[in-house]
Amino acid sequence: MTNVETGKHQYAHHFKSAYHEFDSCKVGMWLFLLQEVLFFAPLFVGYAILRILYPDAFWEASHLLDWKLGALNTIVLITSSLTMALAVNASQRGLKDKSVIYLALTIILALVFLIVKYFEYTHKIHDGLLPASLYSYEGTIHPKTPLFFSIYFMMTGLHGFHILIGIGVLIWIMLRAKRGDFGTDYYTPVEMTGLYWHFVDLVWIYLFPLLYLIR
Amino acid sequence: MSGSAAETNYLNHQKGWKSWLITLDHKRIGLLYLASTLVFFLMGGVFALILRTELWSPNKIFLTADKYNQAFTYHGTIMVFMVILPLIPSALGNILLPMQLGTKDVAFPRLNLLSYYVYMLGAILALLTLFFSGLDTGWTFYTPYSIRTGTSTILVLAGAFVMGFAAILTALNFIVTVHKLRAPGLTWGRLPLFIWCLYATNIIQMLATPVIALTLFLLAMERVLGIGIFDAALGGDPVLFQHFFWFYSHPAVYIMILPAMGIINEVIPVFSRKNMFGYWGMAVAVFGIAIVSFVVWGHHMFTSGQSTTANFIFSLLTMFVAVPTGIKVFGWVATMYKGSITFETPMLYALSFLFVFLVGGLTGMFLATLATDVHLADTYFVVAHFHYTMVGGAVMAFLAGLHYWFPKFSGKMYSELPAQIACLIVFIGFNVTFMPQFLMGARGLPRRYYDYPPEFTTLHQISTVGAYIIAIGVAMTFWVLIYAIFKGKKASSNPWNAITLEWQTTSPPYHENFEVEPVVTTGPYDFHLLEKGD
Ligand SMILES: [Cu+2]
Repeated sequence: MTNVETGKHQYAHHFKSAYHEFDSCKVGMWLFLLQEVLFFAPLFVGYAILRILYPDAFWEASHLLDWKLGALNTIVLITSSLTMALAVNASQRGLKDKSVIYLALTIILALVFLIVKYFEYTHKIHDGLLPASLYSYEGTIHPKTPLFFSIYFMMTGLHGFHILIGIGVLIWIMLRAKRGDFGTDYYTPVEMTGLYWHFVDLVWIYLFPLLYLIR
Repeated sequence: MSGSAAETNYLNHQKGWKSWLITLDHKRIGLLYLASTLVFFLMGGVFALILRTELWSPNKIFLTADKYNQAFTYHGTIMVFMVILPLIPSALGNILLPMQLGTKDVAFPRLNLLSYYVYMLGAILALLTLFFSGLDTGWTFYTPYSIRTGTSTILVLAGAFVMGFAAILTALNFIVTVHKLRAPGLTWGRLPLFIWCLYATNIIQMLATPVIALTLFLLAMERVLGIGIFDAALGGDPVLFQHFFWFYSHPAVYIMILPAMGIINEVIPVFSRKNMFGYWGMAVAVFGIAIVSFVVWGHHMFTSGQSTTANFIFSLLTMFVAVPTGIKVFGWVATMYKGSITFETPMLYALSFLFVFLVGGLTGMFLATLATDVHLADTYFVVAHFHYTMVGGAVMAFLAGLHYWFPKFSGKMYSELPAQIACLIVFIGFNVTFMPQFLMGARGLPRRYYDYPPEFTTLHQISTVGAYIIAIGVAMTFWVLIYAIFKGKKASSNPWNAITLEWQTTSPPYHENFEVEPVVTTGPYDFHLLEKGD
């Protein structure tokens, strides 16, 4: 492949300039996020239909979730969005050390989120608050309450999986940042990861009230 | 690298099988897709012949009821997910999209190669089921049966999920390419209609595929964890699965047919030597079809117990599909009107497409009409209808495109007369196979049974004979093309005197497609601007 030299990063042969490449990547990333929205969509539709059908079950089940832990995780993720934005900003300005630190902070906050989630999950599993066929909790009245936990585990599980992928990507980006791959002329991967991370946070912003705050 | 001599091209600028497996060249990746999909096409075809042979007479010939269920499941799953969905967009699209845009490659070449391997991984996962307990759910995976059956459902769900991911990545790549990498002068109004059709297809792929991906994931979770969302026994709703499934699978029909229309859009003006009639109408109609395709899925569920209101609305909306589709057909016919038509193989396939697609489209109206559908649902009428659109539409158009662009990507000419004869055989075989199925369906014969009442024997036998005629035609086509690859005459750079950009470079093209970046000054079908004497 023939690449054209411009400072550290070489843009691919079919682009006309570094900006041309950056711009194309950005369109690609937005399209990717668009398909992510539709990837989550069936779960939200399923949630809506089941909640309309069985509002009492959802009301009952939601009280079994710990809204304080959910709120804690919401704060954690919003903060991580801030550190991510700061990391992107730092790499745009070519501030390598700052960018590495903010990326590391983002990773730590993501791990905190997963740890809290882990405790929530183990607690639920211990109580038998599980997807429909495995449900064994005795304290609920409405027969459809187990369905809520199917939706709960699918939604939060899929979201958690996205967080996990995000952590992997963030570590890779952080190592590249440390190596000095990025500068004022090239920060595409950092910015793309940022977009992804904000999307994952945004999903949680919807999940938290929908699952934890049915009152 | 555009070498000094014309002999350097994308096929020989790097050598060895490794250079193919790690290639980032969109043309090579397209050929990898082409080879893979054609192999799967033959596999799916073998399953079709097995089915048709078993149906030669009522009762069992050599397949038990269970094995018959497996055979039609494999035929459907292979043909839909592994063949027709990627056939035109990923194989021909990859080869042609950057060339028609006058650029060196797709926007993200590495992602493009990744898509291919992801697709192959999915295909292998799906086929692995053959070595476990097989598949018997039909390609639609309807719940609750797909939750309870003892066959390797999870494996095929994983396969379809993974292949969906490949389709999404390809679509994303193509959309960015169309937006960002057009040659100077190639305005939206000068884009070849094949590009418009691919673009609309890619939008559907981007928006619909994620939905089926998650639905299949949830179905797998039904089997693993028993989440019950689609399982009435646990309080869920099996019809919800059907809604999700068809929300993807109806638009998927247009993932198959829109690129096919794109090929017809290229072939008809070139072999009529006339400008496309109503260029903008043809382009906008494609988006009309794409948009409407998202709001008609319920027509697959008229007998599922959804409300009468929903049935009525879906029936009405489905009728709207006929409007943009009618515009397309009208445009093709009007383009041919008073043109100087020649009947090379691509044009013969395009004309076959027109006839067959018209039958497929019009019988679709019977199925969209509520009252008749209640009678026709799940009969052979439906089978005949969707084969007329998917095989008659998508595969015929694919063959038109394959012959049309064959000189470009192989650098060789195929021999015209045998190819024309093969086309005729395919066309006759196709109609002999599926016309009788309309009759059987109209008389109420349900699909998906290995057995049938004896009065249908004659019609079934005609259909089986037709299937073998298709097989002969396809075999002959393969022979003609493979022979041409080794023994064919060298193709000139523009054997059909077409105007679109892919013909303005050597055959086969350079690794970077064009020696110098092309500049576009005319529309894609402005044949009246060509010098006289062509
Ligand atoms: Cu449909």
